[in-house]
Amino acid sequence: MKIEINGTLTEVRADTLAGVLDELGHGDAKVATALNETFVPASARGQTALAPGDRVEIVAPRQGG
Amino acid sequence: MQLYGSEISSRLMLGTAQYPSPSVLAEAFRRSGAGIATVSVRREAGGERAGAAFWDLVRDLGVTLLPNTAGCHSVREAVTTAQMARELFDTSWIKLEVIGHADTLQPDPFGLVEAARILTDDGFKVFPYTTEDVVLADRLLDAGCEVLMPWGAPIGTGLGLTNIYGLRTLRAQFPDVPMVVDAGLGLPSQAAMAQEMGFDAVLLNTAVAKSGDPAAMAEGFARAVEAGRLAYQADPMEPRDMAAPSTPVIGKAFLS
Repeated sequence: MKIEINGTLTEVRADTLAGVLDELGHGDAKVATALNETFVPASARGQTALAPGDRVEIVAPRQGG
Repeated sequence: MQLYGSEISSRLMLGTAQYPSPSVLAEAFRRSGAGIATVSVRREAGGERAGAAFWDLVRDLGVTLLPNTAGCHSVREAVTTAQMARELFDTSWIKLEVIGHADTLQPDPFGLVEAARILTDDGFKVFPYTTEDVVLADRLLDAGCEVLMPWGAPIGTGLGLTNIYGLRTLRAQFPDVPMVVDAGLGLPSQAAMAQEMGFDAVLLNTAVAKSGDPAAMAEGFARAVEAGRLAYQADPMEPRDMAAPSTPVIGKAFLS
């Protein structure tokens, strides 16, 4: 199915947030996630099902002021 | 200085953005003596691992981390960003930015109060990036904020304290609330002035990172903050319009 990942429409095979993170190569990377503008804790990613058109944000620590 | 019950040794807080290199960033922090570093969260691609590299860098600084919600223009965006930052940085501290105006990056006062309330109720320790508005300050305190971060000038301008009257009024209205002058500082003298006015700390980034020698500028700010704080504690003299001789008049030789 096609979902939006960090603003880019992307074809994915996995149907959970945890599965998509694995599929995209995040593995055990230090990232946080949101689905359709709502925060999803790391502990809930495995049970978070995705549907076509969902918007996923994947962020990591960065420089800030 | 106590912020949300934590003792912070330095009154200088420093951002981590815009440095020419990670090593310059680390050296600037070393010479600043800053006790708090601001950080952010940004999109990461699979396999990029930039977050991990940055995480290693800031962890080695040995300072307390204050994540921000920089660039957020809506309450929802700010709240979600704060929640992601809490998980990433393992802290309930959040520098809350809800931006209301693109050119000045002025906080949206209405969204700021709403987001502060939601985040406080969710267990966050909110450091709101605000203006010098005393009514807004009152609302933020009502919402549960225990620290205020009024701007000196718009972010990244280096203009210093552009509304001295407003900042002085804010300080006087809430004498017991820890206040950090955040944003707009360009020179150490401006940081010293904020300290002389009784603000508890200053937070800056661009002034150090975009200077020709960030490490030297960081130390300059550190010394200015220390000087300003000493002056504040020393109870400065009252200014006056007319001259008053400092050398005793009595005993002067009479020579005409």
